[in-house]
Amino acid sequence: MARFTFRTMTGALALGVAMATGSALVAGTEPPRGDAARGGDLYRVKCGGCHSLDSNRVGPAHRGVVGRRAGSAPGFRYSKALATSRIVWTPANLDRWLTAPTLMVPGTSMGFRLGSPQDRADVIAHLARDASSR
Amino acid sequence: MTNFPSSNRRSILAGGVTTLSAAGLVALLGSSLPAEAKRPNRPGQDVQLLNAALELEHEGIAAYQIAAESGLLSADVLKVGITFQSHHKTHRDDLAAAIRRLGGQAATGKSIAEYVAALGAAALKTQNDVLKLALQLERGAANAYLGLIPSLEATEFHLLSARMAGDEAFHAAILGNALNEPIPQKAPIFG
Repeated sequence: MARFTFRTMTGALALGVAMATGSALVAGTEPPRGDAARGGDLYRVKCGGCHSLDSNRVGPAHRGVVGRRAGSAPGFRYSKALATSRIVWTPANLDRWLTAPTLMVPGTSMGFRLGSPQDRADVIAHLARDASSR
Repeated sequence: MTNFPSSNRRSILAGGVTTLSAAGLVALLGSSLPAEAKRPNRPGQDVQLLNAALELEHEGIAAYQIAAESGLLSADVLKVGITFQSHHKTHRDDLAAAIRRLGGQAATGKSIAEYVAALGAAALKTQNDVLKLALQLERGAANAYLGLIPSLEATEFHLLSARMAGDEAFHAAILGNALNEPIPQKAPIFG
């Protein structure tokens, strides 16, 4: 006969929440090391609906984004919220952005969230390595 | 078979949730999510996000128009492309209606020439090139709609976004099949 106790139930729920939210949300957890090659594949299938490296589309061109000030891609019309945010796209800020852009910059037009810390690390590694300024 | 007195089961579940709310969730989330996480509903935010989705649909409609006028498509493929474009027009209209209902102004599209440049459409030389571009856009759109859901404030737009993700995933599956792409071996395929 199966036996469930208060402790096993709370443990299972806590595990579920931890899995759903991602380990990087736990205070003190280091972000995973990014794999730029995998990040390139992810970028095409996850970000490619709106973004390209060299064209402004639904979102701005990403060439040279790492280290760039937010709202500064030439020729792209940004939301006022992002244009005045004074954010610089460091890897850490990109990780926060991809985690929940509307929480980082309320009023932004970008809502896409990349839930997996590993996926975020890989995409950021791709942007840093393969999408640097020419 | 395990039988639980229903009141006990409820109290166990309630106890578990209470414990998580008070300790587990705060420990997991409290120090990492910004203060804005506690903000009340902001319809203006949903207008911003839905307008970005509308821009995506404008681009999709334009992409199929460019493809249709390229002279590169067979009659059968052209017919499918026009059908897919009509789906995107329905998405466009649904998004624009939602934006207006929230008091916002729906985004208008760019010129075809701007879409040709942004999508690199001048480089398309064969039907396969066109299908590959369409697949890239549809696959990206399916993922974009799925990734958008947690940022949308109103529940009705969660459903709207999920429905559109389903349509884009359907388009991507048909296009992938036309290109003889292998069936993905791992799920989830999107999101």
